[in-house]
Amino acid sequence: MRPFEFLEPANLAEACQLISRYKDRAKLIAGGQSLLPILKQRMISPEYLISIKNLHELEYIKQNSSGIEIGALTTHHAIEISPLIKEKFPILAEMENSLGSIQIRNWGTIGGNLCHADPAGDPGVVLLALKASVMTNSIRGNREIPLDSFFVSYMETALEPDEILTEIHIPYPVPHTGFSYVKESVRFGERPIASAAAAISIKGKNIKEARIYLGAAGNTPKRAVKAEKYYNTGAGKFPEAASQAASDEAEPGSDLEGTKEYKKQIIKVIVKRALSQAIAQAQAGSTGDTR
Amino acid sequence: MKKYLELTVNGEAREAYVEPWWTLQDVLRREFGLFGVKSGCETGHCGSCTILIDGKAVKSCLVLALQVKDKKITTIEGLASKDNLHPLQKSFLEHFAFQCGFCTPGMILTAKAMLDENPRPTEEEVKRALNGNLCRCTGYVKIIEAILAVGDKQ
Repeated sequence: MRPFEFLEPANLAEACQLISRYKDRAKLIAGGQSLLPILKQRMISPEYLISIKNLHELEYIKQNSSGIEIGALTTHHAIEISPLIKEKFPILAEMENSLGSIQIRNWGTIGGNLCHADPAGDPGVVLLALKASVMTNSIRGNREIPLDSFFVSYMETALEPDEILTEIHIPYPVPHTGFSYVKESVRFGERPIASAAAAISIKGKNIKEARIYLGAAGNTPKRAVKAEKYYNTGAGKFPEAASQAASDEAEPGSDLEGTKEYKKQIIKVIVKRALSQAIAQAQAGSTGDTR
Repeated sequence: MKKYLELTVNGEAREAYVEPWWTLQDVLRREFGLFGVKSGCETGHCGSCTILIDGKAVKSCLVLALQVKDKKITTIEGLASKDNLHPLQKSFLEHFAFQCGFCTPGMILTAKAMLDENPRPTEEEVKRALNGNLCRCTGYVKIIEAILAVGDKQ
């Protein structure tokens, strides 16, 4: 790593002051499980690292009447084992269990992962399917950003240079909504060849709403809008053409996880699986929300 | 410019002056001579640098040293008591669960942290828990057997 200065604010307000002073000359570091590898590769060389890892006021998982709030510094492992998450949003616990390895999950944070904005990231696609939004703080005030406006480009978010991500909001789903996350990787836990998250809401035999997001299939998590449109075929399931459409609209790159052509074939298979798993869960009525 | 760092390592209060960009791996090895913390890939893939922070397995090559003041660090050197090996160490010996031994400290510490949270894991749970620790010698079979054997005794 190239040399940098290490600043450790005592609380969130101090952290906002520091990032406002240094802006693009600084990077915020939480667990560093995404940041340290790229610093070691010298892809970036910030003059200052502002450590927010010990701002324990941002580590929490809470519920209110409309949904769940997760503090940005909550570790992946805390989410994985949280009884509240397992009850209300088991798909999140499942997703976290497939993220990296236990060591990464013990030190890395959900907020850090989202701000790193890797399109292959596990939390991004699942939280998008869950209609999540994020809260940010700065010395100028707070704001809420819907997650589907958050990922702007490859490893780039909608955060201003002086903003800190503080919280993730996940609204309770409407009744009879099922979720799934299908991740295909060479070894369990590793970077996906392709991934798909689905949220399907049903009413009787009909599908009322579908959200499908693809990971590692573009510069950002990609919503499979053409595939979603097949929901109203009235048969209570998606035709083959839907997963083909998802494959066609995906834009994966060729890399160590596979060629573009191979990935597109995998996407077709995993979208089909994600859709049928989400529908099955919706029909079983076991999404976890207890309204 | 170096900064003062206080931390607890294997039950002892330790201190060092560290550059901001030094990782916990750097400090444990170079400042404290704890070479049971291995240096393999230095990029968070191989797991040979695994240590415990407050009882939880973490890859020390991906931790900035200055972030762990007031935390309790355990390395493989801290596992055995004066005259007794830890049950996991005994089990690895009995099951011939190492060849070159390079991955072994990381494997044992990850296993210890897992057993502390889940004392009677299934084989699948052991395999998943170890997916951050690579071994190039053994093919993992004996490692998994050694860990399951400790689980069975609990």
